[in-house]
Amino acid sequence: MLKLGGGGGGGGQDWACSVAGTGLGGEEAAFEVARLGDPGKAGCRGPGWGCAGIPNSAPGVGMLQAGAGGPERGGQGVEEVGAPAGGGEERPARHPPAPALRLLNRKPQGGSGEIKTPENDLQRGRLSRAPRAAPTAPGMGDHGGQPERSAPHAPGTPAGAGAAVVNGLLHNGFHPPPIQPPRLCSRSLPGGGDAAPPRLPLQPELQPQPPPPQHDSPAKKCRLRRRMDSGRKNRPPFPWFGMDIGGTLVKLVYFEPKDITAEEEQEEVENLKSIRKYLTSNTAYGKTGIRDVHLELKNLTMCGRKGNLHFIRFPSCAMHRFIQMGSEKNFSSLHTSLCATGGGAFKFEEDFRTIADLQLHKLDELDCLIQGLLYVDSIGFNGKPECYYFENPTNPELCQKRPYCLDNPYPMLLVNMGSGVSILAVYSKDNYKRVTGTSLGGGTFLGLCCLLTGCETFEEALEMAAKGDSTNVDKLVKDIYGGDYERFGLQGSAVASSFGNMMSKEKRDSISKEDLARATLVTITNNIGSIARMCALNENIDRVVFVGNFLRINMVSMKLLAYAMDFWSKGQLKALFLEHEGYFGAVGALLELFKMTDDQ
Amino acid sequence: MAECGASGSGSSGDSLDKSITLPPDEIFRNLENAKRFAIDIGGSLTKLAYYSTVQHKVAKVRSFDHSDKDTEQDHEPPYEISVQEEVTARLHFVKFENTYIEACLDFIKDHLVNTETKVIQATGGGAYKFKDLIEEKLQLKVDKEDVMTCLIKGCNFVLKNIPQEAFVYQKGSNPEFRFQTHQPSVFPYLLVSVGSGVSIVKVETEDRFEWIGGSSIGGGTFWGLGALLTKTKSFDELLHLASRGQHANVDMLVQDIYGGAHQTLGLSGNLIASSFGKSATADTEFSKEDMAKSLLHMISNDIGQLACLYAKLHCLDRVYFGGFFIRGHPVTMRTITYSINFFSKGEVQALFLRHEGYLGAIGAFLKGAEQDNPNQYSWEENYAGSSGLMSSSPELCPTQRARSGTFDLLEMDRLERPLVNLPLLLDPSSYVPDTVDLTDDALARKYWLTCFEEALDGVVKRAVASQPGSVDAAERAEKFRQKYWDKLQTLRYQPFAYGTLTVRSLLDTREHCLNEFNFPDPYSKVKQKDNGVALKCFQRVIHSLDALGWEERQLALVKGLLAGNVFDWGAKAVSDVLESDPQFGFEEAKRKLQERPWLVDSYSNWLQRLKGPPHKCALIFADNSGVDVILGVFPFVRELLSRGTEVILACNSGPALNDVTYSESLIVAERIAAMDPVVRSALREERLLLTRTGSSSPCLDLRTWSGPCEGGHIWALGPLASQSVPELILQC
Repeated sequence: MLKLGGGGGGGGQDWACSVAGTGLGGEEAAFEVARLGDPGKAGCRGPGWGCAGIPNSAPGVGMLQAGAGGPERGGQGVEEVGAPAGGGEERPARHPPAPALRLLNRKPQGGSGEIKTPENDLQRGRLSRAPRAAPTAPGMGDHGGQPERSAPHAPGTPAGAGAAVVNGLLHNGFHPPPIQPPRLCSRSLPGGGDAAPPRLPLQPELQPQPPPPQHDSPAKKCRLRRRMDSGRKNRPPFPWFGMDIGGTLVKLVYFEPKDITAEEEQEEVENLKSIRKYLTSNTAYGKTGIRDVHLELKNLTMCGRKGNLHFIRFPSCAMHRFIQMGSEKNFSSLHTSLCATGGGAFKFEEDFRTIADLQLHKLDELDCLIQGLLYVDSIGFNGKPECYYFENPTNPELCQKRPYCLDNPYPMLLVNMGSGVSILAVYSKDNYKRVTGTSLGGGTFLGLCCLLTGCETFEEALEMAAKGDSTNVDKLVKDIYGGDYERFGLQGSAVASSFGNMMSKEKRDSISKEDLARATLVTITNNIGSIARMCALNENIDRVVFVGNFLRINMVSMKLLAYAMDFWSKGQLKALFLEHEGYFGAVGALLELFKMTDDQ
Repeated sequence: MAECGASGSGSSGDSLDKSITLPPDEIFRNLENAKRFAIDIGGSLTKLAYYSTVQHKVAKVRSFDHSDKDTEQDHEPPYEISVQEEVTARLHFVKFENTYIEACLDFIKDHLVNTETKVIQATGGGAYKFKDLIEEKLQLKVDKEDVMTCLIKGCNFVLKNIPQEAFVYQKGSNPEFRFQTHQPSVFPYLLVSVGSGVSIVKVETEDRFEWIGGSSIGGGTFWGLGALLTKTKSFDELLHLASRGQHANVDMLVQDIYGGAHQTLGLSGNLIASSFGKSATADTEFSKEDMAKSLLHMISNDIGQLACLYAKLHCLDRVYFGGFFIRGHPVTMRTITYSINFFSKGEVQALFLRHEGYLGAIGAFLKGAEQDNPNQYSWEENYAGSSGLMSSSPELCPTQRARSGTFDLLEMDRLERPLVNLPLLLDPSSYVPDTVDLTDDALARKYWLTCFEEALDGVVKRAVASQPGSVDAAERAEKFRQKYWDKLQTLRYQPFAYGTLTVRSLLDTREHCLNEFNFPDPYSKVKQKDNGVALKCFQRVIHSLDALGWEERQLALVKGLLAGNVFDWGAKAVSDVLESDPQFGFEEAKRKLQERPWLVDSYSNWLQRLKGPPHKCALIFADNSGVDVILGVFPFVRELLSRGTEVILACNSGPALNDVTYSESLIVAERIAAMDPVVRSALREERLLLTRTGSSSPCLDLRTWSGPCEGGHIWALGPLASQSVPELILQC
């Protein structure tokens, strides 16, 4: 794996490019691998083309493009959203999605499934490839192809050094070994300066295509020609959006091209321009839409264009207004594809179509999350690292935010804290499983805070929490035992019962809203930490990455999680955080847009 | 909880009488002999434990002095019966609300006679809070015991001693309570104690356990947060609110996020994506019921999830839940069960304990009584003195509800000797001694409960008649009637109160109630008379049997065995016969036998077998008296002995109905030996052995055997000639 990222990167990229861009079936993929002639590399590429074989079992579905593939994969949503249980009625435990759906699911189902390994993918790839001598269906693994594919279109870094970014992007999961120069540095190296010439970015529109394999199908040849004819054909029309419609918040990423030529500017239709101007000149939209300016990724090259990536959010309840706006602005006339993930992609699909005449491309939210996360981490945060941790988490005075190099992130436990919480074990960029989830998440924190304190927003709730003291609300070990509970090695200061003091009427009557807000925050956070820690133990993973909007402006929770991971594991577990905490799903959706266009 | 009592609402309950529905002396029983005390004070309930001895009457039989054979007349009974006092050990456990603690301590102080007691073992969170009060009131030194250690000790104790302790709960299925069969080994297991917070403990052996984790989201969170959200004060009220609510109004479900698409995606739309998620986004008022329900789900799911994660990490599949959050509340048992099934995908079972509330007190008591080593004995739940599992579900019997809000009792009697599984039992864990599960079969339950109710008059009459010299027999018999009647009513509403309801448990309960009011053996006179009559016929029966040809004789012997059992015990028909025609004879019973083939008829096989070599050893369980045992069983035993088979005749240790007891069987055997040389020589050569079953129940339960056994598989029946393992086991 590492090797590929380093020396053999170019070849791999090449291969990925051809597979991804041309929709090679299993046969071609096998050929490409053979050409690489490195079993190790082949192995690590396994997930990509191993999957390619799978849709063959369902050729009809296999023909579908990435966007259309979404709904089926969405079947996994069962597991994904499937936040815990709950519904107390006598429902049987969840069933895995129907087998037909599972064919497309490259991930094992909901925690209980097998753990995917490159090996068994490899195996599967071979097995399924064997009988299909000349597949015509471009049943490619969109997982496998996707990151590689987007690579050629994003050859820029903030510093404008294309190649390195491609490297970072391309080799998510194939990061160079630690001997490499520091990551940021290596990333900003211009392509030519890289030690390994084959790692030069291969932008289809600028560089000669690899010689087509000798036994290309006519269709593929045709597509290759087309791509060579026009560098722009495989680039989606503006505007470029990626959307993640969650239970509470809609996350929108918007790519603002900064390299617009005068000619382009002239050609740019009016409403496209107005969208661009509206989004980039404001930081707030309507009453509730907000652009997180501080998160903006500047001077980025995506899909061959330079520009800035903007991060916008608004409450899911404003979704209808948003759709209405899309209709009024005649968004559909732009012929753009709107890639969306999250449950709302399904919920609002119909509305998008009927009200705004827009066809959503629905995408699996966990796929998007992981690809988005890997991408953003790989390009860094405007020259700063995206990932960080807390040093000395158990010592409040010495506890400090520190950058963390996530170049070699696997395996990681990914804890996505939105309204609810999903916990994934990620073994490689496209080999992961949903371990479990909990319904006690950000929505619970805000919901309970609203009920308990009358607050209305997350910001308000956090502000109150920052001022409160949870120990007035919670019953501590020392409240029960008078001190430490030595028999079990529990500190007196540990919380024995969240909200335990509220059993007493007198204490209920005298408690402050701030204390209640703080206790709610601490309770929810510790519980997530506790479940995450147990999952990390059960999965034998020691890096726990916490993402999701529950962590937005929420230093209290981050430090608590960092503390809990470290303390309860006696230093074995490390809590990691990312700057763009809640936006990875939306970024992942945007990446799908590029890939989807490629497929077309 | 503390405030949910019938009338005790937060006051310190200075007068016991106004708040206790039972007279205190029926609660703190046998205080005069009480010696070791232990107390477990939880957040709302106090559990008091003490050891006491109970003096009660037992019926003893004794042979007459037969030195002067001439005095033996036809009308004379074959042996004499005397009622003697006997002392047995009993453990008392009383559970009441903390509100009553002061009043209860006063009562105990006033009635405590034993002055040897100097220390009281105390555990539970409240042990610290009430330490001074206890020391002042009882003049006993409070010795604090570790909560978790007590809990585990108590848990081990009930799991070992009470056969139907653990159950799974499935709301809506029939039966809702499914009791687990007794496991040969209770270890290892996971104990999840949901009190204010949650403790998760892995128990590996009697003394080895480990706190492996916990959570602060527990019963205290439900109560505290619930009280804040709903302005409801008590725990029970909150549960009640929750049972009426719709959590989907407050929780964000998968279908709320996915819309209608969840169906086409194969998603279960009802799954909770975010607890309380709707209250974060919607600007509406939420009902108390809905919020309570949402909170209950949130907490139950969370506990279940953590329990599963820990069970998985430690490879355990038996998970017992306890703590006040669970404590018999159908609502929480249901949600916890759901959660465990969901998160473990059915691999882990949520188990609950009938005496969960007592674990701490039992454990603290055991800690204090270590020098007596109560663990070396077998203890048996006394159904007469124990409240049984009280559901706090409001829809259940209101009288029960009132009581569960105040006082709850558990009494356990020490058995003469440790009970073990009959070593011959092939698979003790799958053995079920009963044929009909009355918790399962509502029709059968109704039928049998009615039978027992209708037979009660007769039992009362017989009880009085059994003690002609006693002045208070009638009064005691009335008390018995009331007690047993109450038990039967409880069982109508809560058939699971004492585990799986069976005819056996109904009979046992009746025996316990009779004993409670000092009717140790109401049938003693009947048995004496029946035995006398039957003994007189013995020789005649033997002569006529001997006159038959071999094959004819075998059939007659088997018919003889069946004759005494024509009617099932306890059934109305047999009661009628027993009441109206005590003289009904052997021949008459035989005549009432159906013609072959019988319902279960393996006689032909039996006959075939008899034509082969003799059995080495036969173990025969005898019940009934008179004709059955003397004219049915003994001639059969005699035939086996003649064939060279060794016979072990097992009879009940204590009286139950008209079943011959071990001591009676000794006399009967002795009398038969006097008449019959075969039996005489067999007894002398110890080819015929009489033994106790260890039971005082009319029904056979091979899990509670007190007869001889060694090494679990080899019988060491004292001087039994060849120490052979019985090849033939018969229940007669």
